Amino acid sequence: MLLTVTDLSKSFPGDPGPVRVLDGISLRLAAGETLALTGESGSGKSTLLHVIAGMEAPDAGEVTLGDTAISTLDDKGRARLRRETVSVIFQQFNLIPSLDVAANIAFQARLADRHDADWCATLTDRLGLAEHAAKYPEQLSGGQQQRVAIGRALAGKPPLVLADEPTGNLDEATGDAVIDLMLELVSETGAGLLMVTHSDRLAARLTRRLHLSRGRVA
Amino acid sequence: MNARALTSLRSSRLSATLGALFLLLFTTLTHAQGFAGLGSTADDGFSVPQRGTPFTFPEDHGPHPDYRIEWWYVTATLTGADGRDYGIQWTLFRSALRPETGPGWEDPQIWMGHAGLTTPDAHFVAERFARGGVGQAGVTAAPFDAYIDEWHMRGPSLSEVNLTAQGTDFSYDLNLATDKPFVPQGDMGYSVKSGGGQASYYYSQPFYEVSGTLTLPDGPVAVTGNAWLDREWSSQPLSDTQTGWDWFSLVFDTGERLMGFRLRDTAGPDYTAATWITEDGDPTPFPDGAFAADPLGETEVAGRDVPTRWRVRLPDRDLDVTVEALYPNAWMETSFPYWEGPVSFTGTHSGRGYLEMTGYE
Amino acid sequence: MRRAALSALWSHWRRHPFQLLTLILGLALATALWSGVQAINAEARASYDAASEAVGGTRPVLIRDGGEIDQATYIALRRAGWQVSPIVEGWLFTEAGRVRLVGIDPLTAPAEIAVATTVLDGEISDFFTPPGQLIASAATAERLRDPGLPPVLVAEGMAPSLAFTDIGIAQRLLGMEGRITRLIVRETQPLTIPPLSAIAPDLTRRDSGGQADLARLTDSFHLNLTAFGLLSFAVGLFIVHGAIALAFEQRRPVFRTLRALGLPARDLTLLLVAELLAFAVVAGALGVALGYLIAAALLPDVAATLRGLYGAPVEGALAFRPVWWAAGFAIAVAGTAAASAGALWKIARLPVLAPARPRAWAMASQATLWLQLAAAGALAALSLATILFGSGLVAGFVMLGALLLAAALLLPAILSAVLAVAARGAKSVLAQWFWADTRQQLPGLSLALMALLLALAANIGVGTMVSSFRLTFTGWLDQRLASELYVTAETNEQADEMVAFLEPLTDAILPIWNVEAQVLGAPAEIFGVADHATYRDHWPLLSASAGVWDAVAAGEAVLVNEQLARRERLTPGDTIALPGGTLTVGGVYSDYGNPLAQVLIGVDALVARFPDVERTGYGLRLPPDRLDAVRTALTRDFGLPPDNMIDQQAIKAFSLQVFDRTFTVTGALNVLTLAVAGFAILTSLLTLAAMRLPQLAPAWALGLTRAQLARLELGRALMLAALTMVLAVPVGLVLAWVLLAVINVEAFGWRLPMHLFPRDWAVLGVLALVAAGLASLWPAVKLSRVPPSQLLKVFSNER
Repeated sequence: MLLTVTDLSKSFPGDPGPVRVLDGISLRLAAGETLALTGESGSGKSTLLHVIAGMEAPDAGEVTLGDTAISTLDDKGRARLRRETVSVIFQQFNLIPSLDVAANIAFQARLADRHDADWCATLTDRLGLAEHAAKYPEQLSGGQQQRVAIGRALAGKPPLVLADEPTGNLDEATGDAVIDLMLELVSETGAGLLMVTHSDRLAARLTRRLHLSRGRVA
Repeated sequence: MNARALTSLRSSRLSATLGALFLLLFTTLTHAQGFAGLGSTADDGFSVPQRGTPFTFPEDHGPHPDYRIEWWYVTATLTGADGRDYGIQWTLFRSALRPETGPGWEDPQIWMGHAGLTTPDAHFVAERFARGGVGQAGVTAAPFDAYIDEWHMRGPSLSEVNLTAQGTDFSYDLNLATDKPFVPQGDMGYSVKSGGGQASYYYSQPFYEVSGTLTLPDGPVAVTGNAWLDREWSSQPLSDTQTGWDWFSLVFDTGERLMGFRLRDTAGPDYTAATWITEDGDPTPFPDGAFAADPLGETEVAGRDVPTRWRVRLPDRDLDVTVEALYPNAWMETSFPYWEGPVSFTGTHSGRGYLEMTGYE
Repeated sequence: MRRAALSALWSHWRRHPFQLLTLILGLALATALWSGVQAINAEARASYDAASEAVGGTRPVLIRDGGEIDQATYIALRRAGWQVSPIVEGWLFTEAGRVRLVGIDPLTAPAEIAVATTVLDGEISDFFTPPGQLIASAATAERLRDPGLPPVLVAEGMAPSLAFTDIGIAQRLLGMEGRITRLIVRETQPLTIPPLSAIAPDLTRRDSGGQADLARLTDSFHLNLTAFGLLSFAVGLFIVHGAIALAFEQRRPVFRTLRALGLPARDLTLLLVAELLAFAVVAGALGVALGYLIAAALLPDVAATLRGLYGAPVEGALAFRPVWWAAGFAIAVAGTAAASAGALWKIARLPVLAPARPRAWAMASQATLWLQLAAAGALAALSLATILFGSGLVAGFVMLGALLLAAALLLPAILSAVLAVAARGAKSVLAQWFWADTRQQLPGLSLALMALLLALAANIGVGTMVSSFRLTFTGWLDQRLASELYVTAETNEQADEMVAFLEPLTDAILPIWNVEAQVLGAPAEIFGVADHATYRDHWPLLSASAGVWDAVAAGEAVLVNEQLARRERLTPGDTIALPGGTLTVGGVYSDYGNPLAQVLIGVDALVARFPDVERTGYGLRLPPDRLDAVRTALTRDFGLPPDNMIDQQAIKAFSLQVFDRTFTVTGALNVLTLAVAGFAILTSLLTLAAMRLPQLAPAWALGLTRAQLARLELGRALMLAALTMVLAVPVGLVLAWVLLAVINVEAFGWRLPMHLFPRDWAVLGVLALVAAGLASLWPAVKLSRVPPSQLLKVFSNER
């Protein structure tokens, strides 16, 4: 199994008391599978994603990637996990503003020491960014920036891709085109995909769907 | 004895601490060397010894500033109240930058004092420098007084002097007296130093009787013994190929004396000379080749091998003796180092004496 | 992994080269001023050491209080066994300034001195016999090419401003035949020597002769320079801190992204440390090179000052010294570390999901303000405690440092309060927006404004000190230099003839005779003073007992200068031990510009105590119209060279020239510090400009033109600079007071009255406004030309 989440719980401090964001969540994802996480704002979707990416530690429960339980890893190990195993596509793109498009796409692969120039070129081409390769993020539209972020996430061919409302900042038409491309490329690399979205329409295009409500699987 | 200081100079090495002095005497050396081959020609106005010039005393006991180099050289073999053998050396060198004197600091006469004290197991050295003209060092013939700093050899006359010197760890205070005449060396005082004709004026007083006190690190020792004065002045050094000098002053138990030296030469046979002196002070000079001195054994001193056992022969007088140093490490660690110390000898004759060796590297 | 991360970090600087330039330049400037000052100090100290070493400075010496040693005494010591070597020392006056002439006897001199003669080529007799030879460094040799002097041989590694010659030649050149300045005692002495008192009872042994005094005398001067260097460095650090903090804040999103993409926190921190280290090294190299240029430019003046004021042998040429080269790098690295420690600490602990927006840097934080206030209070307390309980020069500087820092930290709070008051009084909505916006901008600018405050306060403080000093000094010169003409005869005999000749031509002939002696364990001058109205009327007394001049004339009392009185806590009525017997202190007089203790004694008493005092100097009182006639007569009848006759005006001019040169360096450092502060404002404004767009865009959208906005920005900078200048005045005045009343007293031994120079402040204020105006002009012009699309973007996109 690519990803196994077992009985995950997480609270944040709040007023008057701690707010339980994740409350005993379990899920499994196999390689090549795509899973949509839906739910209204505050249902814990993003937190779940962050915990799976090792960017946040759960209060209880376990995330297992392949054979590796994340809780056994230190900061260095979790960083390695993000470099090599799990790629995240953010709602805000989080590109590096001082690098041009080509460098941004190649960046994570280079960080993981598995840069493949041909694959990067293919990705750039397929994402329709070839003519923008020398531009900087600030010179791109939102849809173009998100395509760069998708390219960056897939350049290292990670086994698992996490996407956090990747079209949240895009208009509907642009968002659909971006999602099409993303699904196409993910399936080509054989990676598993976990996508957070609040759009039922988008969720329907994935193989499975999990609805979260108040930190529980509904 | 002309050769010894000069060969010392040649063997010297520039040491940072004595740069200034080296320079002074180096000047003397290079100029003298350049003209050495020309025999009796004077350079820079310096006078040159001439054969057949009789000494006049007491004037000749005093300095001869028109000659390049001059010394008052005393060695003494002594016996202490403690029964041990001792030797002392007291030397005042004069070196002229120009053949003249001048007032105050302008005086071109430079003075250097060496003092040595040898015991059977130790050797002490001290050295002094002074400019002429300001009263720090000098010699007057009558009443006789030779001095540098607090060291002195002071008469009433040169036949009766008080001799003092000190270093950081030793001193001596001796009274020397004799009623015997001064003894001219070589041809009536004209002492030839090489086949090329270099020569010096040279006379000795080998008959002093000595009494006085040595002060050693362990305390004072009363001593008695014999002393030997050499007076020599010249403007010419050795020839270029002469590398060093072995000089012997021997006092026989019979009361006679022998002065003999060997000048080592890289270009040919060594040059030797000797003077046999009767108990009354009558000298008999011997020409080159009559006197022979051959090393029998060496001692490593200050990083070099120095012969400290010798076979000394003068066949004309049936002399064949083995000479041995009292203390083989009698090294004079001065600006221009050399070996100088008391010896004793046995064989056809026996007695005590002094040995000086220069130019061993 | 690291290479990829590094390229991402580095790409930031490629995209923002100006920010990089700010960082490097700020650090380089700070390092430059510091290492420049260090280079000057190191050069001067090395010179003292060389000079001291060259004349046996570390060896014990025999000296005679109040005079030279008879050569016969030297010979007597040698003949008694004392291993001593004579030194004859004095000044050679050449057209290119004076050179210390040291006469040695190479035969008896210690090796480190005698070794100088190895430069002689061959004939040592040329060194010994007239005209003799001089041995000097190449630079000094240039100053000694004079037909009246012996030929000069150039030697490597010679101490500056110093020439060796043979002792006999030195005696001749200095007119010291038969006399010796001091005797160096060799380290080894023979077995038995009589005690010194038996041979030469008038000599005393001092354990280190030579130039130990020089280091002591000039210490205060160097401490002054060092303090200035530190101040400059502190101002520079404000720039560096600002630049680094900004660079880190701007890259926070990048740091976050890097972490999210899998760069461990430790690696990120290490990469940033390496990056900063690289900057520090580059900036350090640049700074040291710049520092070298600064030092090379300032050293001639410093050297002239040290020579003129202290007689210290320093050349104007700068040698390369690895010590300050290394020190420059060290301070650059240390400065970077100090400026970046906080930012790095935050990065190391930054959670992966920290807010990505630049925030803390530009936001007013009440907590920060309180923290600064508390720190300012603590520093002010420290400053106060130091002045109350501390003593000494170092305490003085600690106090100054604490005071300045406290003032700097206080600045944001005061400005914030002023702006709040102004906002409350504002009528129009635009004015309200202006004040509020200015206040919001304050934290981003406060570091630069603190730097400006420091620079301005230092400028006012030092300027006030120097000007007060100069005013006092000028007045004092007028008092002190009462005689119209000062003449020096060649010999005592000539002096006697001259006095007889001058008697009918002048109103008074006042002897100016002095000896150098040890007074209370330190070198001092003892002057003989005649009983004459000139002194009674003019001498600048600070305090005196009744009938002091009668007592001095009778040889019962002495006057001491202020520095001696302060050092030994002497007041009129106390007694003072002098060579030849104890006397009463009759009064204290001011004696500015003199590093030595000085005692004034009746001229008869002086001669009684020091019979061989040189009696050649006189001050002449005469009607000014007779000045030229007397001068001509002295030249004609006595062959007195022009140098031996100096009129009052010439001395005053020379004294003021020396004074002004002394503070040239201070002035130059002042200007440099101000320039650095101006640069700090410029960089702060420029970096803020980019972040200002979101704040300005709404104002633009609500109907202000870009030109209006630019003018407001310019006005804002000018207003803040003006406010800072106003606050700098009181800080500067406190600084001046500390310099005059604490530092000067400790460093030089005199206290100066403080004068105020408002015109100088006005000039400085204009300068500050010009600096701030120039600094804000560029960002303002940029703003006026910013394309509307960029302003619009603020609304279309969050970033």
